Amino acid sequence: MTAISLRGARLSYGDRVLWDGLDLDVEPGEFLAVLGPNGSGKTSLMRVLLGLQPLSSGTVSVAGGNHAIGYIPQQRALDQSMTLRGRDLVGLGLDGDRWGLGLRNRHERRVRVNAAIESVGATPYADKPIGLLSGGEQQRLRVAQALVGDPTVMLCDEPLLSLDLANQRVVSELIDKRRREANTAVLFVTHELNPVLPLVDRVLYLVGGRFRVGTPEEVMNSRTLSELYRTPVEVVRLRDQILVIGAGACEEQTHHLTAEAAS
Amino acid sequence: MTLFDLLELDFVQTALIAAAVLGLVAGVLGPFIVTRKMAFAVHGTSELAFTGGAAALLLGIGVGYGALAGSIIAAVLLGVLSRRESDRDSVIGAILAFGLGMGILMLALYKGRSANKFGLLTGQIVGVDSTDLKLLVVSSVAVLAVLAFIYRPLFFASVDPDVAVSRGVPVRGLSIVFAVLVGVATALSVQVVGALLVLALMITPAAAAMRITASPLRATVLSVVFAEVAAVGGILLSLQPGLPVSALVTAVSFVIYLVCRGVGAVQRRSG
Repeated sequence: MTAISLRGARLSYGDRVLWDGLDLDVEPGEFLAVLGPNGSGKTSLMRVLLGLQPLSSGTVSVAGGNHAIGYIPQQRALDQSMTLRGRDLVGLGLDGDRWGLGLRNRHERRVRVNAAIESVGATPYADKPIGLLSGGEQQRLRVAQALVGDPTVMLCDEPLLSLDLANQRVVSELIDKRRREANTAVLFVTHELNPVLPLVDRVLYLVGGRFRVGTPEEVMNSRTLSELYRTPVEVVRLRDQILVIGAGACEEQTHHLTAEAAS
Repeated sequence: MTLFDLLELDFVQTALIAAAVLGLVAGVLGPFIVTRKMAFAVHGTSELAFTGGAAALLLGIGVGYGALAGSIIAAVLLGVLSRRESDRDSVIGAILAFGLGMGILMLALYKGRSANKFGLLTGQIVGVDSTDLKLLVVSSVAVLAVLAFIYRPLFFASVDPDVAVSRGVPVRGLSIVFAVLVGVATALSVQVVGALLVLALMITPAAAAMRITASPLRATVLSVVFAEVAAVGGILLSLQPGLPVSALVTAVSFVIYLVCRGVGAVQRRSG
């Protein structure tokens, strides 16, 4: 069964069309990277899949519905004095959306939370105040929080942003491990394709209402990106990295070398 | 009279029961209020409770009901008007100032005993009678019951709103419901410590507890204990010397806070 399915999906705010005629099937175990400049509708796509944003037209379905989604947000600075431990954060991923105090099945809950923490190697710091942990440690716990509910789909909203290279690798490998072991579909929104390039099966590239879906080879080439951006864009493969050199096509993207080329 | 003679008086016993109930409610709500950064909102709500109480005094209705109405209206107003986080501070400031001014106007128009006037601002727990107590207990039970029902989603929405939204938690609706719960609790506290000092019960104990533990459950338990010590202890300490209850409640509460800050600082250095 398809994990995520969009048919003729259109999203517009007034006259502004973010995307239209989007047909997309993500299979179980598939890793789909969603790329595009700011404002191209990456976050809106995520909101649509989470059921927070209705489509202007077309249909969307996620296998198992909202409860089957594990969501990993961006790392952001947490209040240092926050009364919250990693273990509490993970527990919220399991039953934070249920009504009541949740006094029953405490034992089973603890076992599942511990297992999720263990699976990301966060046991040594799971009981420390979360505000005192490093960004990498916090993101590992975010992965555990998404996994503890046993998701069939993982939606990752720039989970590597503001992490150093070593932690980017750790976090993306944890996500990859999950999809291999449990056949979980991964939809991974990112500015930066290179850290996850070895894991990516397909790319959805959104630019100004246009989009292209395909393997990294099919999408990340000069011809396709030039068509999408409607301006000459040069794509260079350097070892196992993809470098996109655009004529100011999307200056805010770190993996686009516009800034460096201009200076 | 000795302390023991004083403790046998009906109004003292009523006051102690009222304080104990309030300590429980304030202690349980406190960690949420601190996490959600609502200290100023609580203060604003309490000023509107004062306005409501003053209006009730003027109209000859029970002050408790007036305070309750005032703070619930305030809670809903704040919830509706401050849709954006950045608006909240200024919306509270505007409403608070207006409410306080209206309250003062109504007190000026009131021809009755003047003790009642200051009671609303600075507390008059010994003035709590048995009907007030009944209202207090019923309201408290209602607040705790609603809180128990929304506990997990509210906690989720308070500490991790982005992910809570992704799981379908009605973050916005919960924040209005919680504001109303805080409004009710504030109205009740106003009668004990007065509008100006509500924070001593609603914020300080929780802020103290959260200094020394990162466990949400332990923080809540400690917050309740601290609020009880402050509320009940403050009354007991005030009886013999005949000092204002609110002064001692806030003093006890603040001492606990200072101690917890110290303990927290030591914990951090060592661990």
